[in-house]
Amino acid sequence: MSELVSRIHIQCRVNGEPRHAETFPMARLLDVLREELRLTGTKEGCGEGECGACSILLNGAIVNSCLIPAIEADGADIRTIEGIASGDQLNAVQKAFLECGGAQCGICTPGMVIAATALLERHPHPNDAEIREGLAGNLCRCTGYQKIFAAVVRACELSTEKKPVSR
Amino acid sequence: MRAYVPAYDLRAPSSLSEVLALLAREPGTWQLMAGGTDLMVLLEAGKLSHKRFLSVAKLDDLRGIEAAREFVIVGAMTTYTEIQNHPILQSEFPLLCSAARETGSIATQNRGTLGGNIVNASPAADSPPALLVYDAEVELVSERGARWVPYHGFHTGYKKMQMAADELLRAIRLPRRAKKWLQFYRKVGTRRAQAISKVCIAGAALVENGAISDIRIALGSVAPVVMRAVKTETSLRGVSITPTVIEAARGTLAQEIAPIDDIRSTARYRLRVAQNLLQEFLSQLTK
Amino acid sequence: MEEKFFGHSVIRKEGREKVTGRARYVDDLTFPGMLHGVTVRSSVPRGRIRGIRFGETIPWHEFTVVTAADIPGQNEIALIEHDQPCLAAESINHPEEAIVLLAHPDRYLLEEARRAVQIDVEPLPAVFSIEDSLAKRAVIFGEDNVFKSYHMEKGDVDAAWAQADVIVEGEYRTGAQEQLYIETQGMISVANPAEGVTVWGSLQCPYYVHKALMPLFGLPADKIRVIQAETGGGFGGKEEYPSMIAAHAALLAWKSGKPVKIIYDRAEDMVATTKRHPSRTRHRTGVTRDGKLVAMDIDFVIDGGAYATLSSVVLSRGTIHAAGPYSCPNVRVHSQAVATNAPPHGAFRGFGAPQSIFALERHMDQVARTLNLTPEEFRRRNFIRQGQTTATGQLIHENVNFDALLDRAFRESDYHAKRERFARENPGATIKRGIGFASFMHGAGFTGSGEVYLASVVDVEATREGNVRVLAASTEIGQGTNTVFSQIAADALGISYDRIEIAQPDTGAVPNSGPTVASRTSMVVGNLVQTAALAIKKTLLDSGLLCDACTEDEFVRACRKYIETRGPLRSRAQYEAPPGLFWDDKKYSGDAYGTYAWAVYVAEVAVDTVTFEARVTDFVAVQEIGKVIHPVLAAGQIEGGVAQAIGMALYENVVWRDGRMANGQMTNYIMPTAADIPPIRVFFEEHPYLFGPHGAKGIGELPMDGPQPAIINAIENATGICVRQIPATPEVLMEAMAQKAAALV
Repeated sequence: MSELVSRIHIQCRVNGEPRHAETFPMARLLDVLREELRLTGTKEGCGEGECGACSILLNGAIVNSCLIPAIEADGADIRTIEGIASGDQLNAVQKAFLECGGAQCGICTPGMVIAATALLERHPHPNDAEIREGLAGNLCRCTGYQKIFAAVVRACELSTEKKPVSR
Repeated sequence: MRAYVPAYDLRAPSSLSEVLALLAREPGTWQLMAGGTDLMVLLEAGKLSHKRFLSVAKLDDLRGIEAAREFVIVGAMTTYTEIQNHPILQSEFPLLCSAARETGSIATQNRGTLGGNIVNASPAADSPPALLVYDAEVELVSERGARWVPYHGFHTGYKKMQMAADELLRAIRLPRRAKKWLQFYRKVGTRRAQAISKVCIAGAALVENGAISDIRIALGSVAPVVMRAVKTETSLRGVSITPTVIEAARGTLAQEIAPIDDIRSTARYRLRVAQNLLQEFLSQLTK
Repeated sequence: MEEKFFGHSVIRKEGREKVTGRARYVDDLTFPGMLHGVTVRSSVPRGRIRGIRFGETIPWHEFTVVTAADIPGQNEIALIEHDQPCLAAESINHPEEAIVLLAHPDRYLLEEARRAVQIDVEPLPAVFSIEDSLAKRAVIFGEDNVFKSYHMEKGDVDAAWAQADVIVEGEYRTGAQEQLYIETQGMISVANPAEGVTVWGSLQCPYYVHKALMPLFGLPADKIRVIQAETGGGFGGKEEYPSMIAAHAALLAWKSGKPVKIIYDRAEDMVATTKRHPSRTRHRTGVTRDGKLVAMDIDFVIDGGAYATLSSVVLSRGTIHAAGPYSCPNVRVHSQAVATNAPPHGAFRGFGAPQSIFALERHMDQVARTLNLTPEEFRRRNFIRQGQTTATGQLIHENVNFDALLDRAFRESDYHAKRERFARENPGATIKRGIGFASFMHGAGFTGSGEVYLASVVDVEATREGNVRVLAASTEIGQGTNTVFSQIAADALGISYDRIEIAQPDTGAVPNSGPTVASRTSMVVGNLVQTAALAIKKTLLDSGLLCDACTEDEFVRACRKYIETRGPLRSRAQYEAPPGLFWDDKKYSGDAYGTYAWAVYVAEVAVDTVTFEARVTDFVAVQEIGKVIHPVLAAGQIEGGVAQAIGMALYENVVWRDGRMANGQMTNYIMPTAADIPPIRVFFEEHPYLFGPHGAKGIGELPMDGPQPAIINAIENATGICVRQIPATPEVLMEAMAQKAAALV
């Protein structure tokens, strides 16, 4: 058996709350979230950064949490699917996914919601090409993507409806 | 997760001098980790043989893009996202921006870095053909000092580089060209997004008075390293593009690339498409 | 009955849990004291096990180790045949066959241990292709490597050749395809002699797992309990394989006395679990000069892999669909499922039909070309119509109108104008564009007397709160079971959608409504839900507690009153075959299915002659599926199926090395991304089917059958290249174009 390294202590903010964990420096952030912090909404689909099921927002940017070593979470600000809705209030993307049928089996959905949320933060009114590019890192085997595209378009409308006319 | 994670050490020093000191003190013991988008995949698959890593994530002096008069200098830890969004790179080095945009997904582009991509030394990497075309140089630093070396020739064989065990790749610099080069980049992947390339080509040419006065052609996924097609370039300097010239260039290219069969494609396909892409590039020079 | 919810796109029943990340899949569950389990597998395709060595560096006393010797009952995964062991004991028949199981609380250490187990094997000769298997290069199953064969004949094919003016032959191939559900397979088990065996997992068919676990442990039905966790996609991939992984988790739990969880990582899921059967189809077709089919002689072979598993049933569906929706007086289909030393191929959406329909719909274009007819004109002259018979001799009672489907598909896709425009613009263009189509059908429900044999049961019960719970073993795997059952039950009872609860599929609590496969859940089981719900209402009406035109409040009060005064309010419905269906299993003739969904799909492609990449640029799917229960879910089924079929047609290539998948990563097995899928435009023609709930037919598999030939027909239209195999990767297209160029020289 190989020589062991010691666990490290990491502290970060997850969905606005300070959290900490003891783990190995090279442990995947995905495993820290799911197993140490019991935030199981973030899913593992491939473990190689290909499917996007483990997407989270790390310091505001979308990343695959299966490719982030735990040590890099130290001091970071993390948002997972559990932090997307405010309490019982779904965000526009979540509402639109429900309305448009963007979720089928649901396993890619947390990552897809994160990706769509990140996309709308970059492009509040994305065109078709931007939607496709923005979601190309999240694989869905159920929907053929059409209803997900529709949900993103719908989410833009819902966000616009909500906003005050002037500011 | 196939790896025995407790056996892997990963440290994240907060200063470059600390990293260089560790590299100098124990050469070969530590390997550097940048965005981790390749190393973490190997770890997951249980195929990461090296056990001790230094993360350079906290080294802020390795980040950022700086435009000087003669060069644009890109810090090794600059991400693909930062590259593709940079206005000077967009206007003067569009091939690099295209490559950055076609590397992995947005999540990967947020993590993957140009320096990491170079040092990972994959023959299928998307950015290196663009770097070769732009006559890029890389800066290697160690406790012994810093040196700039041409990127052309930096990779000497499959996963082999002209870099000592105590060195770190700090930056990449791209000479700013006064004249207007015609540029071409095309990656042929297994699908339209998130794909590893089967063939990739970057080209740039200076056409004066109807003839090619200078040219660069670089390819990925057709040899053990990302390569410049030097013989093909030589054969094209000073000539005007005609169908005969293109046909001859296709032949020269076939002699200097060495594509293989693997799980992603075939040698025959890679050869044929590399030739076709060269033809497409050269044909555009006449327009 | 008022259709308040039927036909409307209500919000998915479990949608909120899914969009918030609260839905619990098997890997999200954890039990106190739980161990993790892994599987040690063979590295060779075929051989005899000489010994198992456990490396010295591992603290083995901390581990639970299970081999075939630890199995309390029979070492088999019970399904149809009894040839597949749960753990290889003496002989190995495919790469990645399970041999040893290990459990430990530490996942990291477990992987270290897995690497330390060495299986010493004496290799034996193996076969890896349909040709080698048929040629008996090595005999690996029975006397001739054939798991199953069918011979189906209508009319007299041998005599009919004389009437044919033209005979056209062709051979077509389809490759293996990975289901690639995004949630990998997984199970958790608690098992001990006192309580029996319980498993929770990602699965489609709880009672299949239940059936497999009984002989394995030698336990009676009531000592085995199978519970479905939220399931992240199945597509057939979680039809039979979950029995294997459940068996493994249960054996480890039984021996260790602790809960054991096994979750496959993607690499293991891809190399070790089932895939779509590779196929080879040979057509010999006789036609008259004016384009009437006279005789169809079809030889259909599928590669079953190393064990029989479901191959006989997959072969059956492929055989029955092989002659398509055409009327031909003389049809012969000879089909075989053969053994090779690859992991067993298994259920995958379409279940044999996509393979044989690909061949047919490519071949129909070849015959049309030979006759100098357009593909549509040739098909129009042969489409099956009401009063005619299919290849199995099934008389079509419904008013199927393929001409109308074709007209609509052509109109929506602007087929003729595009065909003309592409022909004009393609010469000299680097990117060649083309448009093509396929017409096809898919039989809904189990084949032949399958549904009668299943005799599915659904229970419905009212609660004290006035909610109504549906109890069925049919699983929600993303396709919308929960939602559709709720719509049907709510309308039957005249109450709101939110008052319907769907019981978690649990063999300890729900009756066997059959497997969630074969496009049967909405049509067959949905009908039972309706019947059982109506019976609840009738009970309340008969009891005098409810009047016919009641409000929801009155319904709630009536339920409470009934339960308080008379006890549980529960009803049961069991499948009864529609009248007049007859199937002869020996002759393979008769009414193969209660009904069919009918479709015409049009694909538009762009083929880049620089890179040989083909891309689907537009897609129109027109189908007749009876009444649409839920427009959004129904369109979602079609779009998802089309996307999977696009993958099968162009991208998804399993690279085999001696029976083992060499590209078992998502990076190298290429499924389409959001950037690769064109707009998919879905249109429904609705003709109510008498024996489906509110007239609905099955829909799930249909969209997997037609896109592949439509796409390859479009590529032929674009390039003139006749591709006879899928996936038509750029490498395949390049070689085909090179061959064509060489032939012209």
